[in-house]
Amino acid sequence: MRQLIIVGSGPAGYTAAIYAARANLKPLVIASSVEFGGELMKTTEVENFPGFPDGIMGPDLMMKMQAQAEKFGAEIVYDDVTKLELDGDVKRVTLGDGTVHESLALIYATGSAYRKLGLDDETRLSGYGVSWCATCDGAFFKQKHVAVVGGGDSALEEATFLTRFADKVSLVHRRGELRASAAMQERAKNDPKIEFLWNKEVTSVLGDEKVAGIGLTDTVDGSESALDLQGLFVAIGSDPRTHLVHGQLDLTAEGTIWVDGRSSRTSQKGVFAAGDVIDPTYKQAITAAGSGTAAALDAEHFLASLPTGVIAEAEGSGELVDQIGASA
Amino acid sequence: MSAKDVTDATFADEVLASDKPIMVDFWAEWCGPCRAVSPILDKIAEEHADKLSIVKIDVDNNPETAMKYGITSIPAMKVFKNGEVVKTVIGAKPKPALEADLAEFLA
Repeated sequence: MRQLIIVGSGPAGYTAAIYAARANLKPLVIASSVEFGGELMKTTEVENFPGFPDGIMGPDLMMKMQAQAEKFGAEIVYDDVTKLELDGDVKRVTLGDGTVHESLALIYATGSAYRKLGLDDETRLSGYGVSWCATCDGAFFKQKHVAVVGGGDSALEEATFLTRFADKVSLVHRRGELRASAAMQERAKNDPKIEFLWNKEVTSVLGDEKVAGIGLTDTVDGSESALDLQGLFVAIGSDPRTHLVHGQLDLTAEGTIWVDGRSSRTSQKGVFAAGDVIDPTYKQAITAAGSGTAAALDAEHFLASLPTGVIAEAEGSGELVDQIGASA
Repeated sequence: MSAKDVTDATFADEVLASDKPIMVDFWAEWCGPCRAVSPILDKIAEEHADKLSIVKIDVDNNPETAMKYGITSIPAMKVFKNGEVVKTVIGAKPKPALEADLAEFLA
């Protein structure tokens, strides 16, 4: 058994791992099999992470965080959690390959998942012109007309990135103004390839085998229109990934994991949460990293408060369930 | 062992003329999810070497094949049988999910 398991490998998970490893907690990080490194693995240049005045590529930043965590003794497993058992003094984590890991404390930092429009044809044409990742798929739309749906920083970032390839990028937003930062807005508005379609909602995706257009409904007067294009990039935000802890941890009205004040302490003793999964508002790499720090320090404090002997006993026992069972 | 690379030039011989089912992984250097799924495909290929071959093609260097098969999202994995596409899987997925998608070719 371990002292600490960290579920998640974005800025929150890896920063928690750096702090916990430096505190000699020998954390095990469950990084996921295909989404390790988190959302930044799908971005290009990150210009607002302090310490990198010339910007840094998202995947490079995550590889550096990983290397920093490993340097201090964090161990990383590339698999997905299929089951969490958080009640009781020992936390149990089951992985995709059936392995079970146990720990006295657990940090949950699974981030958020892209939101979908919720249209039937969106799923059918996903990968055939409908995409959630401009950096992955943008290059297939050279000299094409594409649309980006959304009004936040990520939507504008995607729109600006897509102008490298597409001839025309229509930004569809259901309101008359954007949520995105002033810098992103200015860049997009000055880009001759980007066209803004205000007060419009995407209500259908058209096309048989691939995207041929989208149907729009005006949010002010209800009028309908259609737009011929070849690609649709959806950037309408994300929802916290909490499915593994439903019924085990309290959630907030916004769907994020409830934590006690500014701490990372969840409703379950010994379980801490960090990053986008507790944050309905900011969702930045640097706020997630800060949140990961708080979780590592809270976990460290919790472990230090356990009765003498508990940690020594835990570290002396084996990793696998049957061994724990036999010793119980 | 990592999957063998095929190209626009070798695609017909290596893939279309293959006598057993063969899966082609359309990928690119700059695609994070492609890099994530690549070791999983290697593992599946290794475990099911007798049933399914897996090769990969870099879409940047081989635009002709990528365009021919209408690739607009990567990673895209297409299973070919007797020169025809019989299955398409899009996006990086964990190993159990990919094995479920490919079950008919791995059994």
